[in-house]
Amino acid sequence: MGNRSLVTIADHSKEKIMYLLRMAGEFEKHTNRKLLDGKIVATLFFEPSTRTRFSFETAANRLGARVIGFTDPKVTSSSKGETLKDTIIMVSNYADLIVMRHYLEGAARYASEVSPVPIINAGDGANQHPSQTMLDLYSIYKTQGTLDNLQIYLVGDLKYGRTVHSLLTAMRHFNSTFHFIAPKELRMPDVYKQYCDLHHIKYVEHTDFTAETIAEADILYMTRVQKERFTDLMEYERVKDLYLLKLPMLKYAKDNMRILHPLPRVNEIEYAIDDDPHAYYFKQAHNGLFARQALICDALEITLDDVINDQTIID
Amino acid sequence: MKRQELLVAALENGTVIDHIPSNKLFEVVNLLHLEQMKTSITVGYNLKSKKMGYKSIIKIADKFFSDEELNQLAVISPNVTLCLIRDYEVVEKREVALPHELKGIVKCANPKCITNNEPMKTLFHVVDGKPATLRCHYCNMEVELDHVKLV
Repeated sequence: MGNRSLVTIADHSKEKIMYLLRMAGEFEKHTNRKLLDGKIVATLFFEPSTRTRFSFETAANRLGARVIGFTDPKVTSSSKGETLKDTIIMVSNYADLIVMRHYLEGAARYASEVSPVPIINAGDGANQHPSQTMLDLYSIYKTQGTLDNLQIYLVGDLKYGRTVHSLLTAMRHFNSTFHFIAPKELRMPDVYKQYCDLHHIKYVEHTDFTAETIAEADILYMTRVQKERFTDLMEYERVKDLYLLKLPMLKYAKDNMRILHPLPRVNEIEYAIDDDPHAYYFKQAHNGLFARQALICDALEITLDDVINDQTIID
Repeated sequence: MKRQELLVAALENGTVIDHIPSNKLFEVVNLLHLEQMKTSITVGYNLKSKKMGYKSIIKIADKFFSDEELNQLAVISPNVTLCLIRDYEVVEKREVALPHELKGIVKCANPKCITNNEPMKTLFHVVDGKPATLRCHYCNMEVELDHVKLV
């Protein structure tokens, strides 16, 4: 069963990604079902992450599964020194699937190796967060009608931003052109540029962020520039307002362009943009529900055909 | 034979690990768990070498290691030479080759890696290149071979 786990999106082929996106599309059409009646999904959050947990738990609940879990490891035996392995094996006695968020990097891979039931990685430290990537891909697919040949602009913290790295990895199949817009201190790390070279992903680096720079964008993926990431606070003060998206900057934007953001947003997207047709970040978060329904079903060996021919639809 | 050439006694049967950089000697000892062995072991430290200036050498009597064990040596000193001795004769001379995977040998440099926080074996994939790098199977952090620390 270990191979049904989802640790990183890099494990998935282009075909598998498209398959999961089609499944997510079915769940968007009919969200409430009894497809997982009798199943128990455990959500183990060794690190708090309210929105990810809500999204996974809602996904499971709307498919008729029951959910057990914890949101605070202080109340579990791991605070008494229990190993991750023991916790996972214990929980696998009760649940059909484990959704796990952990503060340590590699925790999900290890859990998938020791667990008799599938694991879905809901974030392991700074390492991977594949369900976020799936909802990003689903949002891009839905708004552009394709994943192929797109101009994708990544803005803000490209050094530590886990979501932009995963997106880059997942998009290697789709002939995108990436544009990296970041302050010097938060530039895309060399290791990812080498990855782009290796996989023939086209990319352009920019340091300025203006209406002209983003005029050709299909997707504008914003991230937060966080103060604590800077070693030089003077540098932070200098660049902090350069990577804010303001309404006038959309004046040359293409009609199909959509603004994504993994949320939470602080001030990097001006509130006036929320009502602009290019804004998509709240719908993007909503898409997480359908993407996670697809990931949960896939881990439980429910196929796209099962979902299409499902007789348990409620609404 | 001159007296100075007899610094290290000849071996009847066993393994000679030669051309160990002197500063790596104790890492080799640890890696092969020589401290737990019962047979006689001769260690030469800071011996003069034409090739290397100074080198170290280890002679282990009545012990033949598996390829897997010996290839681990490539992690800390890729240029060691190995001689297998039977009846005072060198029956095989070979070099070590870096394996594709290293299990339980190298410590991950990432303090937030699960392998540094859970009683488990580390696993690294060797990524070809010059210099070769090791990628942690769990947290994906890469480290250059020259900078690895052993478990």
